[in-house]
Amino acid sequence: MDLELAPEHASFRAAVREVADGAVKPLAAEVDRDHRFPDEAVRAATEAGLMGVLIPREYGGAGLDALAFAICIEELAMACAATAVIVDVHTSVGTEPILLFGDEEQKKRWLPRLATGELLGAFALTEPSSGSDAASLKMTARRNGGDYLLNGTKVFITNIGRAGLYVVFARTGPDERAAGVTAFLVPADARGLRVGQVFDKMGLHGSPTGELVLEDVVVPEENRLGREGQGFTVAMRALDSGRIGISGQALGIAQAAVDESRELMRERGHEQGDEFSLADMATRVESARLLAYHAAWLCGRGRPFTREASMSKLHCTDTAMQVALDALQIAGEDGAIQGSPFERHVRDAKALQIYEGSNQVQRVVIARELLRAG
Amino acid sequence: MDFEFSAEQVAIRDTIRELVQDRVAPRAAEIDAKAEYPQDIEKLFADNGILGIPFPEEYGGISGSSVTICMGIEEIAKACATSSLILAVQALGSYPILVAGSEEQKKRLCPPLASGEKVAAYALSEPGSGSDAAAMKTRAKKYGNEYVLSGTKQFITHGSVAGTLVVFAETEPGSGSKGISAFVLERETSPWTVAKLEHKLGIRGSPTAQIVLEDVKVPTANRLGDEGAGFKIALAVLDRSRPGIGAQALGIAEGAFDYALNYVKERQQFGQAIASFQGIQFMLADIATQIEAARHLVYRAATKVDAKASDLTKIAAMAKLFASDMAMRVTTDCVQLLGGYGYIADYPVERMMRDAKITQIYEGTNQIQRVVIARALLR
Repeated sequence: MDLELAPEHASFRAAVREVADGAVKPLAAEVDRDHRFPDEAVRAATEAGLMGVLIPREYGGAGLDALAFAICIEELAMACAATAVIVDVHTSVGTEPILLFGDEEQKKRWLPRLATGELLGAFALTEPSSGSDAASLKMTARRNGGDYLLNGTKVFITNIGRAGLYVVFARTGPDERAAGVTAFLVPADARGLRVGQVFDKMGLHGSPTGELVLEDVVVPEENRLGREGQGFTVAMRALDSGRIGISGQALGIAQAAVDESRELMRERGHEQGDEFSLADMATRVESARLLAYHAAWLCGRGRPFTREASMSKLHCTDTAMQVALDALQIAGEDGAIQGSPFERHVRDAKALQIYEGSNQVQRVVIARELLRAG
Repeated sequence: MDFEFSAEQVAIRDTIRELVQDRVAPRAAEIDAKAEYPQDIEKLFADNGILGIPFPEEYGGISGSSVTICMGIEEIAKACATSSLILAVQALGSYPILVAGSEEQKKRLCPPLASGEKVAAYALSEPGSGSDAAAMKTRAKKYGNEYVLSGTKQFITHGSVAGTLVVFAETEPGSGSKGISAFVLERETSPWTVAKLEHKLGIRGSPTAQIVLEDVKVPTANRLGDEGAGFKIALAVLDRSRPGIGAQALGIAEGAFDYALNYVKERQQFGQAIASFQGIQFMLADIATQIEAARHLVYRAATKVDAKASDLTKIAAMAKLFASDMAMRVTTDCVQLLGGYGYIADYPVERMMRDAKITQIYEGTNQIQRVVIARALLR
């Protein structure tokens, strides 16, 4: 057993931290306050090659593993959780479906543009009446000669309006549940694709979330990802590794909250009540990090990691919420003023318990894996 | 033991409940989004006698009972935490007068507050003196039959809209908590300056002001109690107001839970209402149990206030601590029950979660409540 990061992971972390401290963190309060997309931060991440962390070198990416990806998102989230989720969604659920299920033609066509950040990726699964029950989605994809015609509305789509390419899940039938779902690659400039409502959220203000409306959007067969009926498998596999990214995001928020609490306590003095609180916070983050890195390590080795990824997402995001609340409590009223990182962490952290599978769904997954025969 | 409200209290509660449903609930989202003090709600409460609840009849009010105040705050907070502060801070800012004022002061200062002609505020915290209130630096120097006050007060709820402001200041520097006195400032004759209004995580419609006092003259007739009695008054007031913060936390939690409970019964996933899943049911059971426990503690503390009980300090701190921690957990879980919809401003629970946080912080952080409780236990 060796719980030290390998030198290449350690140096990668240092490189990401430099970008995060230099170009991401200085914007965090402003993009939150103004509800604006952190263009400069995403550009800096792009220039540092962080948009292609998981994409193999032959397609223009960095060819790194899931652990590097988790570290990347963790470091970005320590600086700005909104920037982290933009990069996370792009890298994992926005890109990985092509990596894992695309044919050679599709990989050559899309991955280099995603790797350089020319295209921002997005993942469109959730619908108004289909959240945790993703298999009940209603968006239709009807055959129309050599094309498909897509119709329906997706909600809570991260990177909405900014993405150049959406991975979209629609029903090709005939099965009315999971087996009738197919994945498609839909470029943002496709005719009939438009952005609906963009939501005013509690946190992650720098990351746009909204509705994606498809009205008679023609998608050529070459943009179908995998086989007809394979879409649900594509979605679930993408979410498995997506959960490693969200774990990283949670760790970043939580670590930032611990560090800021520590700084504050050093400056203003401390008594045992806050000391115990800080000790609990740091211990929780430490345990969560090990769970996340273990899931990433399994994933990187090509071993089954569904249960571990769900445990990691559940524990890391619950930890981030708890730690962010505890940190704000240590900071007191000064921390509740807008522009303070303490209150921002609380608002940001809550989203993580909800998206990429609510923590209730993670518990369902974990219990199912545990109770499975054999 | 008697866990029932009196007929009169029930009548007051039902009146408030109806007003809140008709007039306050429809405004809550807008008040939060615009972060504007709801003058219209203040007027509504004044016109309907709600601002008179903290005062006994002899001073122009309708009750003066802590139980009734808590009931009112709870009902309002179910729909809008910002609006509930209009009653809660009217009580907080008036308690010093009711607790420590002379008969003349009560007769003179209370009626305009009870009628809602003016709202009250309470200025204890300073930039360098939060939990350590005795470290305050605001000075009050006596010249003849008036005092001249100078200093800065921080995080003063309603400091910008109040007509009557109770200020704590040092009359004898170097004497620590024994050198502090309490004064009532009336805006027309003792004007203060608002230096800054804070932008906050929650209770966004409730103005939180930084107040600057630059040689503000206050007649000696407006000093509450003796010189040096200020710190005692401040603590006595907080003992009485803390159940009200507990009631506010309780109302916020109940408002979020009402909404979430309906939602999980309506929301269909996997071909059934999500309320049919045991994981959700367990959350509902835990939430409801926590709310119930907090409610009893809050009203127990309120009855202690009304009875002037000797263990009031401890129970009031417990009520504030327990109810506000409960509200934070419960509102966070209610956002969770709504999933993605819980996180966006089109639904009320994210606002309620943001509003809940301050109840763990103000009127003594929950760390201070623990200190107070432990001190009472170990005495």
